[in-house]
Amino acid sequence: MIGNLAVVLFDGFAFGMLLFVLSVGLSVTLGLMNFTNLAHGAFGMLGGYAVVVAMRDLDIPFLLSLPLAFLVAGLVSVVFERTIFRRLYRAGELNQVLLTIGLVFVAAATMAYFFGTGQQPIALPAYLQGYVELGGLRFGAYRIFLVVVALVIAGLLVFGLEHTRFGARVRAAVDNQRVAQGLGLNVDAIFAVTFALGSGLAGLGGALAIEIVGLDPSFGFHYLVYVLIVVAVGGLGSIGGSFVAAALLGIFDVGGKYFVPDMGAFLIYLFMVVILFVRPVGLFGKR
Amino acid sequence: MTVEMTTSGPAATWLKRRSRISAIEIVFWLATLLPFFLFPSYLSLASQIAIGALFALSVDLILGYAGIITLGHAMFFGIGAYTAAILAKHGWGEPLTGLVAAAVVAGAVGFVTSFIIVRVQHLALIMITLGLGLLTYELANSFSTVTGGTDGLGVTIWPIFGRFDFDLWGYTAYSYALVILFIGVLVARRIVNSSFGLALTGIRENSQRMPAIGSVYRTHLQKIYVVAASMAGIAGALLTQTTGTVSLDTLSFQRSADVVVMLILGGTGRLYGGIIGAIIFLVARDRLSDMNPQYWYFWIGLLLMAIVLVMPGGILGGLSRLFGRFVR
Repeated sequence: MIGNLAVVLFDGFAFGMLLFVLSVGLSVTLGLMNFTNLAHGAFGMLGGYAVVVAMRDLDIPFLLSLPLAFLVAGLVSVVFERTIFRRLYRAGELNQVLLTIGLVFVAAATMAYFFGTGQQPIALPAYLQGYVELGGLRFGAYRIFLVVVALVIAGLLVFGLEHTRFGARVRAAVDNQRVAQGLGLNVDAIFAVTFALGSGLAGLGGALAIEIVGLDPSFGFHYLVYVLIVVAVGGLGSIGGSFVAAALLGIFDVGGKYFVPDMGAFLIYLFMVVILFVRPVGLFGKR
Repeated sequence: MTVEMTTSGPAATWLKRRSRISAIEIVFWLATLLPFFLFPSYLSLASQIAIGALFALSVDLILGYAGIITLGHAMFFGIGAYTAAILAKHGWGEPLTGLVAAAVVAGAVGFVTSFIIVRVQHLALIMITLGLGLLTYELANSFSTVTGGTDGLGVTIWPIFGRFDFDLWGYTAYSYALVILFIGVLVARRIVNSSFGLALTGIRENSQRMPAIGSVYRTHLQKIYVVAASMAGIAGALLTQTTGTVSLDTLSFQRSADVVVMLILGGTGRLYGGIIGAIIFLVARDRLSDMNPQYWYFWIGLLLMAIVLVMPGGILGGLSRLFGRFVR
């Protein structure tokens, strides 16, 4: 029983780490521009399909196709940002929500047109399959890989934001966009780069998610809810907050589905509503 | 201090002028009778449209007038639908009292949740409405002994006033839905053209400034939220009663999203926007029903993006810019 619990906790944590990679970009870009981008999950989906194409049609190995997913999602997103999204930075939430939801619809239909509505499986390399025995417990090798990747990304993000010049600019722009602009920072360019990085991370998350939750055209919608929960609960622009919220959500979700299968999803939504009721800015949000 | 209804003076005259019934409105309501003569085989679609329009109107009250963005309004639609269905299932199939019960239950849930709604803004507000909607859906799914789970419930509804039976062709259904929609529009019209309605618009435009001029904006928001919840509940009950069935689909996120699409398409904050949007959306969906739903949503998505980028204000907004003061 205890061993079982440990495995479920670990699986939940691994799922949470996946959600962290998927959503941390949105947390930063939302904090930066207040642009409610509901299409973030769609960029994740794009990364997933990029990996599917790379592995199946171009015979690129899994580990090399992951950076590819990052690049494709990042590049495509910055095209949208420069051409469409930027017109709506001051247009109010409703318009942002509508535009990006429209984009999710279009993205889902486009993927259904090219790839069909079915699941897109990929063949993992042998060293990521199977289990690792640890103290009599069996942990999935892929989930360990997932946790390591997410921890590395979290480390890189914290280092990048706290200890580099670019990170300092991003933080300045998140704290007060107008003052940052007044001090001569090119907030527009900072945002474009951050947006590309964030969407790239979503693409990477989508690619990593294929093995855990599968990939089909509804991905952008289905995981949008999870992504938004992480962002809203964690607090805008907070990497630590996203990390904690994602880990909690993953553990609650997997644990809930395992121990109380009838109430699983219900508990997640309740948990979110209660947290947002008590702290509308999220657990670690400042404003 | 609350905003009192002014009974005389220039403000009252202005309000009265705003609420004057225009010729276009009369023509519009006469046109709603056309399906009886021109498309008698499409009356059940027409009643679906009237129900969709009432639902969109309820969203317009909170989204268009008070500026509360909601992605979970189907929860009230579904609560109303299930209230009417469960009443009928337990031996009370009288339609009008069913509507009242649905309005009361949905309104009560709206009242309780309104305390959460007025506390939050921006992303948290969107997430709370979305979360409450999903929560209600999961709850209905879990209590399948009461709600019938994924199978839904089939119910028998008594004739209206004990005389007008719900016929196969939808004569009764459309007349019934149309009358309720008409009453709904009258009520909504009265609300938005009152000083209370103006206060709501003020909150939408600037929620920080309203308290500064002595407006109790949270109470205002709670009131309109309850009204909108009741109205959505009535729309849901109408759907149950006219189709004789209810399913989990009435609570789904899809329905919350569709109703916002209808409203945006027609134009927010104009009362008739939701109605026009419902007509276009539901007729188009009926015509294109052979199409794979995936592709149908491609065009919906494109349409949403186009409206935001090219035609803010929707169809009525575009028309009113074209014709100046004729369409408000």
